[in-house]
Amino acid sequence: MGALIEGWQYLLTNFGEFLTLLQEHLFMVAVAELAAIAVAVPAAIVATRSDRAKKWILNVGNVAQTIPTLAIIALVYPLLGIGLKSAIFGIWVYALLPILTNTVTGIENVDRETVNAARGMGMTDWEIMKRIQLPLAIPVIFAGIRTSSVINVGTAYLAFFIGGGGLGLWVISGIQLFNTPQMLAGAIPGALLAICADLLLAGVERYVGRGHDVQVGVSA
Amino acid sequence: MTAIRFEDVTKVYSDGTVAIENVSYEVEEGTTTVLVGPSGCGKTTTMKLVNRLEDPSGGTVYYEGSDVEELDRIDLRRDIGYVIQEIGLFGHMTVGENIATVPELKGWDESRIDERIDELLELMDMPPEDYCDQYPRELSGGQRQRVGIARALASEPDVMLMDEPFGALDPITRENLQDEFLELQQQIDTTILFVTHSIDEALKMGDKIAIYDVGQVVQYDTPQEILENPANEFVEDFVGADRGLKRLQVTQVQTIMSEPGAEADTGTAIAADGNGKMDVTLSPADSAQVALSRMIQHDVEKLPVVADSAVVGTVTKDTIHNIARRGD
Repeated sequence: MGALIEGWQYLLTNFGEFLTLLQEHLFMVAVAELAAIAVAVPAAIVATRSDRAKKWILNVGNVAQTIPTLAIIALVYPLLGIGLKSAIFGIWVYALLPILTNTVTGIENVDRETVNAARGMGMTDWEIMKRIQLPLAIPVIFAGIRTSSVINVGTAYLAFFIGGGGLGLWVISGIQLFNTPQMLAGAIPGALLAICADLLLAGVERYVGRGHDVQVGVSA
Repeated sequence: MTAIRFEDVTKVYSDGTVAIENVSYEVEEGTTTVLVGPSGCGKTTTMKLVNRLEDPSGGTVYYEGSDVEELDRIDLRRDIGYVIQEIGLFGHMTVGENIATVPELKGWDESRIDERIDELLELMDMPPEDYCDQYPRELSGGQRQRVGIARALASEPDVMLMDEPFGALDPITRENLQDEFLELQQQIDTTILFVTHSIDEALKMGDKIAIYDVGQVVQYDTPQEILENPANEFVEDFVGADRGLKRLQVTQVQTIMSEPGAEADTGTAIAADGNGKMDVTLSPADSAQVALSRMIQHDVEKLPVVADSAVVGTVTKDTIHNIARRGD
């Protein structure tokens, strides 16, 4: 309990720095997440078009998830350099798979009869995707976005190692210098941030899911 | 005019299953043709050949005179109404949006689409102000099916394909919808291809019936002919042992009544004598079954057939018995 209070005091004393770190942290999470959505959703759409494409795309996603983030950062920093860019790239790679798998599952779980009805009424494949499959898959896709956002908040702590900033600065320096209050002042806000992001996106998920029949949410 | 013609059509699926073999028949414009048979007999496949959800392995399907394989499949499907079991409604769209689907694909302007939605909901007896903005899950099974039919009618198709449209409904709702649909059919003058596995539904809905047995059409005829002269044992079994009674259901009294004359007056007189009322009569479109039950109810041997308050003929119990007995 005492440690918590000391941590809280550390945070208040260094509030200006805290805001900068939080801002950096949020920026990395948000950019990586948006980039992940921009890549994973179209890739998932392509994946549902053919079994071969699906095998390839999901394999790439799985491999990306297996490589440790630090290793990814180590691999790309010769190309992107030390700092923010490499950090965002590392987080981005990690954010891909949940969105990818959920989008594929969401699209494939749309009732076959519904798709057949749409086809029989004269929709092209693209119209079926745009008007039927994607809208019906939205709740499941959002569940994937939610999962990957929460993962991102955690992954972004590692950005510190290549000078990307973020709350990782306090946590890792805190550990190395045995400065518990500093460590806690970096770690607890991150945990709260993850919880808030989860709750916020759960709200969005319910909002976009309104009007849908009850669907089983598929999370990664 | 022939709306749809199957010419020696065969469909073999890629796994070697023969769905239909050498099927040939013609569907007249403005009529309802029911495709009936046990499951896996190829009736649904035949239907899917019309809007090219499947293409034939051999033979040709003609739609309004042209080989469907030479038509653009997207345009063709938009010109043909398509109804499947209730599950085919789009759950994320309102009733109005569901109905608007094909008109939107065809690029109608908004005011015309809105008018059409209202018109169809009125036709389905679902006031637009109450139902237009509801989601399918808020409706009953029967209402959903009505929306499905409205959606298929939205762009005023010449031909409508209906794949077991009433299959998922409870018997009472099904019967109501069948009756409503028969009435509707008189107003819309659309050529209908209707798939069902129920012979009773086929006899009730069809002007013509194509009876399928594993990939082949064993009889293509009017309901009366099928009941009277079943082509083979399969048809006989399929139609069931109560053929005589079924025949009464599909026979209208106007086809069996005797000419009006002195006898007709006697008919009225007997009806009047029998129970002291003059209003026990039949209308020309009543079935022989209705006639018989009314005769039993009022304990009479004959009933007059009245159209526009004039007696146009008489039906006797003997005539009806003869119909029930014929061919058995």
